[in-house]
Amino acid sequence: MRIGDFKASYAHDESLLTTPVQRSWMLGFALLVILFPWLGANYLTYLACLTGIHVIAAMGLNIVTGYAGQISLGHAAFMGVGCYTVAFLAKMGVPFYLCLPAGGLASALIGVLVGIPSLRIKGLYLAVATLAAQFILMFVFREWDGFTGGVRGVNLPPAELAGWVMDTDPEIYYVIMACAFVMLLGARNLFRTYIGRSFIAIRDKDISAEVLGIDLFRSKLLAFALGSFYAGVAGGLMGYFYRAITPEHFTLTLSIFYLAAIIVGGLGTVLGTILGAAFMALVPEVLRGIVSLITVWAPDAMALLSPMREMVFGALIICFLIFEPHGLVEMWRRVRRFFHLWPFKT
Amino acid sequence: MDWLSFIEFSLIGIFSGGLLSLVALGFVLIYKGTRAINFAMGEFMMLGAYLIYTAHSWLGLPLWLAVAFGLAGICLTALLVERLVLRPLAGQPVVSVLMVTIGLGAFLHGAVDAIWGGRNLEMPQMLPRKPLLWGDLLIPGPIFWSFWVALAVIAALSLYFRFSRTGIAMRAAASDPITAYALGIDVRRTQQLTWVFAGCVGAVAGTIVASISSLSPALSATALGVLAVVILGGLDSILGVIIAGLVVGWLESIAVGFFGGKARDLVPYLVVLAILMVRPYGLLGTRDIERL
Amino acid sequence: MNLSPVLSVDDVHLRFGGIRALSGVSLQVAAGQITAVIGPNGAGKTSLFNAISGFYKPQQGRMVFEGRDISHTKPNVRAAMGLARTFQNVALFRGMTVMDNIKLGGHHRMGAGTLQAMAYWGRSQREEMALREELERDVIDFLEIDHIRHQSVASLPYGLQKRVELARALAMHPKVLMLDEPVAGMNREETEDMARFILDLQEERGMTILLIEHDMGMVMDISNHVAVLNFGQLIASGTPQEVRSHPEVIRAYLGAREGRTPAAQQG
Repeated sequence: MRIGDFKASYAHDESLLTTPVQRSWMLGFALLVILFPWLGANYLTYLACLTGIHVIAAMGLNIVTGYAGQISLGHAAFMGVGCYTVAFLAKMGVPFYLCLPAGGLASALIGVLVGIPSLRIKGLYLAVATLAAQFILMFVFREWDGFTGGVRGVNLPPAELAGWVMDTDPEIYYVIMACAFVMLLGARNLFRTYIGRSFIAIRDKDISAEVLGIDLFRSKLLAFALGSFYAGVAGGLMGYFYRAITPEHFTLTLSIFYLAAIIVGGLGTVLGTILGAAFMALVPEVLRGIVSLITVWAPDAMALLSPMREMVFGALIICFLIFEPHGLVEMWRRVRRFFHLWPFKT
Repeated sequence: MDWLSFIEFSLIGIFSGGLLSLVALGFVLIYKGTRAINFAMGEFMMLGAYLIYTAHSWLGLPLWLAVAFGLAGICLTALLVERLVLRPLAGQPVVSVLMVTIGLGAFLHGAVDAIWGGRNLEMPQMLPRKPLLWGDLLIPGPIFWSFWVALAVIAALSLYFRFSRTGIAMRAAASDPITAYALGIDVRRTQQLTWVFAGCVGAVAGTIVASISSLSPALSATALGVLAVVILGGLDSILGVIIAGLVVGWLESIAVGFFGGKARDLVPYLVVLAILMVRPYGLLGTRDIERL
Repeated sequence: MNLSPVLSVDDVHLRFGGIRALSGVSLQVAAGQITAVIGPNGAGKTSLFNAISGFYKPQQGRMVFEGRDISHTKPNVRAAMGLARTFQNVALFRGMTVMDNIKLGGHHRMGAGTLQAMAYWGRSQREEMALREELERDVIDFLEIDHIRHQSVASLPYGLQKRVELARALAMHPKVLMLDEPVAGMNREETEDMARFILDLQEERGMTILLIEHDMGMVMDISNHVAVLNFGQLIASGTPQEVRSHPEVIRAYLGAREGRTPAAQQG
């Protein structure tokens, strides 16, 4: 049970990790992340890399949709913009630590363009506008051979740092985790400040927000820019990870995947983003495991994997929206409350 | 492009637009009835077509019975969906309903893919294949006849909403559910009926599309192209989507004529963006006024 | 003392299609005074507030704030100039705590860049901490809401929600505070508390207050100046005593002596 949780200064109250227990958990988790490639099998490292990329992308979407309330169905396309930009620059020899921000900025720019309709429309209409943007950008990816390699796609050279070539999973793992850490911390800090608060205000009651002095248009565009920046960096990291990229990596299905991830995890929370992205990354793997077990009795089961994944995916969205609309993070908070209050019930 | 081709493409476009209007009608029905965009519309289309195909080609039922079977199946699906998925979300923000229809669409799409497999199947012939020859102009048969079927369905529904008691009750419940309750209208029933109608409209449209091209799970993607029609016409205007369907059908056909088949992937979405920037509520949609 | 009014509304006409919300309404709000706007339901009081806030654009007329014509200024700019308001149906941000809601009042005074904010470093950290300290000192203590500052607003009783909304408006450092029905739905005790806060704001901080209210007791007790609206028109204006015995006002609220209501007379 938690007792004696007193704070002696406003600064303490405002900080991110307020108790020694929280700090030690954080330290433990950080150690786990750092040592992970040495502990687990290669396959687990592969999964961890994928999860890291998903977390960054989902964080971007959470900023736009979860915190600022602007529904975006075009997130995968923004990742594509970032990825192709990074591929283009990397081939010219630009190092990865410059490519990634550049990819992010390119995405941010496109994000701002797509976000311009948010001045006049919101809710469903904005969702449809972002959907249209997703399809238009897909068309560009498939047709603009010069930049994107068209339907065949592009290959990327591996990321390099002062001679150290990162072409194996454990190596790129550290780049991905470092990016994820920095970007998640940045997002969490953002929502401690007036900028982040203005996003939430716009989501909850944008007319009220205007009356408080918030410039709606600028704030919405900033939300789109930031969300797309995150998507662009995630896309770039995806490029360095897969090394071979085609437009099929950035379809509407992926946009919906991220939307599902933040709903399942918890809209408008950083912890929810992590939980949701990890959950959505692991579900296909668990499913694959189950189906391989079933092939013992039904040899054709593997062909069903793809449609089954879709069904589970759809069912997850439906069930979470009906039964746990605040997502995994709310379940987590319930567990924490239980332990904080134990042996009392409330 | 010469003048003759232009007329031919235009006519084909306008006739194709009839089908677009029909699918758009499905969206409008749901929006008018429940204030949500049903992203699973394409999956209803797909499911309806597959049910009719199964009844006819696998169970050997005569065509008219197969159609009845398919429609009955869709009605059942719509009722289940309304009861199990939509009703628990009553009162939730529109974003949630939108997301749940996306989830529903994914679920249905996966289910159809799992049950029937992903390969292309051939629908039984529903519309005469014989092309129409008007002088030098050639209009493909199925496209021509699909226009009239769509028009018939739309007309029937419009008359129903205009003149029948249930139809008027549905319109009342859609515009002000609380007053409708107070007047004794069973709003839950009207919501169920809305979904049933939308599902059936989708099934008919899906069957026609499948018989024009082919039957596969990819059918559901065609519904997203119809969003252009819905947005142009106005989310809650039946007349609007009729006009918009013809306009968008014509635009797409002309674009394909000038730029080739790929234009079909691009034109609807450019239209959507253009309208949303200039006139978000479409030609005939009602403007949302927010009460302060 | 005859100071020029801090806010003046000149001959404002506001129409929605065929509905005339405001017809030629003029109002002067004197600095450091409490001005009340009263009238039957549907008289146009909230429409007046919305016009002053900038949500509705009057077809005719003009609004001047501290000598500047704000008739065409955007709502968020008017807020930065010093115009704060609360809403009839409490418009707090439900997804945030009390503290965060109040901090939002300080939005227009903050200016750190996005990158600094994401690092929570330098100017961003300094201004956030300064805001926190200032709010605790000047607003939270004053309105006695320190015990709920970390609670989510959705869980608060109605009376406290109204107080939090007032706190948020105060965080804006307003020059004119517009309160739309600040004691609606409150019991005797809560009303007295709120009235005390409003009076303290005027006396201790010299704030100019414009309020819409139906509670006649409170209006007559605390206002320096009262304006009466009916059917979108200004029918009386003056001290509480003058307005209370004005024949037009009595007719608007109670109906005409011969049994014919103003509505029937107009129709």
